[in-house]
This record gives sequence, structure tokens and C-alpha cells, in this order.
Amino acid sequence: MAEATIILNESAIQRAVVRIAHEIAERNERSQVVLVGIQRGGVPLAERLGRILAGIWGQSVPTGKLDVSMHRDDLDQRLAPDVQPTVIPFDITSKTVVLVDDVLFNGRTVRAAMDALNDFGRPKRIQLAVLVDRGHRELPIKADFVGKNVPTSQNESVRVVLEETGRADEVVLEKP
Amino acid sequence: MTWNRKHLLDIESLSPEEIMTVLDTARAFKAVGERAIKKVPALRGKTVVNLFVEPSTRTRISFELSEQRLSADIINFTAEASSLKKGETLRDTARNLEALNTDFIVIRHSASGAPHFLARVINSSVINAGDGAHEHPTQALLDMFTIRERKGQISGLNVTILGDILYSRVARSDIWALTKLGANVTLCGPSTLVPREFERMGCRVTYDVEEAIREADIINLLRIQHERQRKTMFPSLGEYSSLFGLSKARLARTKPEVLIMHPGPINRGVEIDSQIADCGRSVILEQVTNGLAVRMAVLFLVNGGKGPLGVAA
Repeated sequence: MAEATIILNESAIQRAVVRIAHEIAERNERSQVVLVGIQRGGVPLAERLGRILAGIWGQSVPTGKLDVSMHRDDLDQRLAPDVQPTVIPFDITSKTVVLVDDVLFNGRTVRAAMDALNDFGRPKRIQLAVLVDRGHRELPIKADFVGKNVPTSQNESVRVVLEETGRADEVVLEKP
Repeated sequence: MTWNRKHLLDIESLSPEEIMTVLDTARAFKAVGERAIKKVPALRGKTVVNLFVEPSTRTRISFELSEQRLSADIINFTAEASSLKKGETLRDTARNLEALNTDFIVIRHSASGAPHFLARVINSSVINAGDGAHEHPTQALLDMFTIRERKGQISGLNVTILGDILYSRVARSDIWALTKLGANVTLCGPSTLVPREFERMGCRVTYDVEEAIREADIINLLRIQHERQRKTMFPSLGEYSSLFGLSKARLARTKPEVLIMHPGPINRGVEIDSQIADCGRSVILEQVTNGLAVRMAVLFLVNGGKGPLGVAA
């Protein structure tokens, strides 16, 4: 019987996203930042961060979405992944790209995302913002902005639900 | 998302969901082709053999470029310069190629069923690039992609396939795909080239070209396959053109938003008026562009498959 614990509720998610936006604003020049959400969970988060940053900076922040399926390192070990659109309608060269994802786990998705970004230009720097860092890295990758650190075991799963997908915001830790 | 196949051998055995999975995946690959850097590493380190036992230019080039854009290594093998000319069997040729540790074999062959045979005797993924008059699945998939992109959907559309149906693998694959996706398919052409037996595949057969095109949303023109016809099936190309060719006068009596498709190569002045081939309703060159995206999608999908979480062998 699976056991599920809510680790972030709606208001905690909102506070975490607002805090990350302020940290991004503190660390960066406003004209330099573009946001890129990783499909699928990172996309609505990047859009939320974009709206908050636009309020802080008084100007809109270019926001794109990136699918990393074609750059994964396990393509021949699993069923072909569901490929979502990549839409980056702005130049990332010489910009600070903030990659946004919902959960940071082994780090392989982020590696694939950095690889994929290379095809669109050469950013000045890439930063990483995640709502949840659950540990268990398999690559030397570290997030710059973290909503919440959640110690987990390998066989647990972290499920992020955002209202953009139809239900109320919550982050749930599921034990098998 | 439903794709659990190691090979792409035909459309007949695919479900509508599997066809839609290819089309959805192809949409992402079409976007790759529109970037400054048109290459992704999805098949890095994989080897593809293009085994074209029957001559082909456009399909072979399309597959080759698709493979290159997926970062695969490629071996091109053509019948003219091969050991098949020296008497080697297809099975031995394929097993010799596979001894080089290939991962995919893309096969074009004049014998129907050759890809199915290969899939039974070798371990690589097999992709049918056209077998005899049987099927040409990637052509049908790129046709479906083009129709969906232009019309938004396929279900409910009236699609007329006009020309040499009997000898056409494109027609067979298109009929399977269109009927599975809910289109109303009409076949038309000289009675010698459009036997009534095709009605068993779920389409309508008519020999009245005016009636066949009047309500069509899509007109798919097929070339006369001289090379496959063992005897003369109609008196002359001139007569074919006047009785079944898409002329300006005939086009004027179709729906204004009708799309004109053709798998190529076109014979201007035979099945299609030269100006119609270049007009705004013709999507013939879009089909070529979409062919790349669809073939990349197919290679990407069948690649998911060899590891513990992959597809059944």
C-alpha cells in the first residue's frame, strides 16, 4: 500500500516560488536573464517565475520551454519518451539562462538540458532553479535556487502537481 | 504515448494510437529541422544500414539525412554495386551487415514482404522503406502528418486517391492509415489499375473522376508505375492525362480549399497539370520536408527498445 505525504501545500509552493524569484533577481542583472522551463514539470514553474520577476523588475522576462528527450543518455534502455515541443523564441547567446525544473534527482535531465541548450546558442552562464531537491545525484550538478530540500530514499517518488495541469498545487512524497 | 515496437514494417498492423504517436513525435523533430543547428544526439553511436535493393532517390536521401540529423553512423548499400549481383541471398547479405554490429536496417526491396522476412532472421530493427507493391509506411505517415498539419485533423475528411492504385505501395499504406484514422477514402483511376477488390479495405471505388474529386478535401495523385506494369494497362499516357489527369478545368470544379498531394516524382502533364503542381493548393514540397521529420520520429521510436525497460523483441 503506497503511503503519500504532502511535503509542500499550495501556499508553501507559492512562498517557495516567490523566494526563488527574489533570489534570481538579487543574483542577476535584469536585462541578462532568460528563463527556460524543462518539459513538462518545469514549464509552468518557469512561467510563474517569469510573472513574479516581471513584477520585481518592471519588465517582461523572456520565457521558453525545452524538451530534453532527444538528448537523454538512456534512450536505448527504455521506451521512447513522449517528446514535447521545444520553444525558445529568443537568442540565448551571452544571456544568463535560468533552467527551471520541478524536481532535481539524479541530475541526468539537467545534463541533457545543458546539452540541448547548446544547440540554441552559447549562454554567458546557466543557472538551475528547482522546486524540490530530493538528492541522489549521479552527476556533479548542483542547483543554484532550491524551493525545498527533501531527503528521500531511492525507491520513493516525489510528485509535483501544479494547478496549470488541472488540480490544486501540491508536492507529495510517495513511499512504495 | 504508445509505442512498443522494434520494427516499422507496415501500416496495416499499427493501431490508430501508434500512428498518432509517430505524428506527435514528428512534430518535435520538424522543429529541429527549423533550427540553426539541425542535429540532435539521439542515435549517437548507433549504426544504420540503408539497404536499397531497388533504386530510390528521394526516399534514400530523406532517410540518410534523417539518420545524420539523429547523429547515427550510416552505411549505404545499393543493389547496383553489391554482392546481391554476385548471387548472395538477401538473408546472407543482411546477416553479413549485421555482423558489423548494426542497429537498424532500412530496406527498400522489389519483393513484397522482404522487410518482414528480414525482421525474422536478424536482430537489428527493420524499417520498411518500400516493399514491392505492398507498403511504404513512412510515406503514409508523412502524408498523414501533412494532412493533419494543414487540416487540423484527419477524421471525417474526404480523401481521393487518383491514379495507379494497383501497383502502388503508397496507395495501400495510405488507405490503411486513412481508414484507421477515420477519413473517407475514394479511389479513382482506369478500371484496369483500380480493381473493385480495394473496396474490401474500407474505401470506395469509382471510375468517374469528376465525381471523385468534387467533394474531396484532399486529392492524392499517384504516378503511373511504368516500371512495375508487366503489360499495358491503358492505351496511352495522352489518353490517361485527358481522362484522369488533374487539369486546371478539373481543379476549378473542386472545393476551393482542396489540398493537392503527390508522393513524387511527378510527371508534369501526365497525372498533374504543370501549373497545378506549383500552385498554392499543392503541398508536394511540404510532404518532402515533413518526410524528414517523420523518418526521424520513426527511428527515434524504434530505438527505444533494447534495454531492460525497452520494447519486447
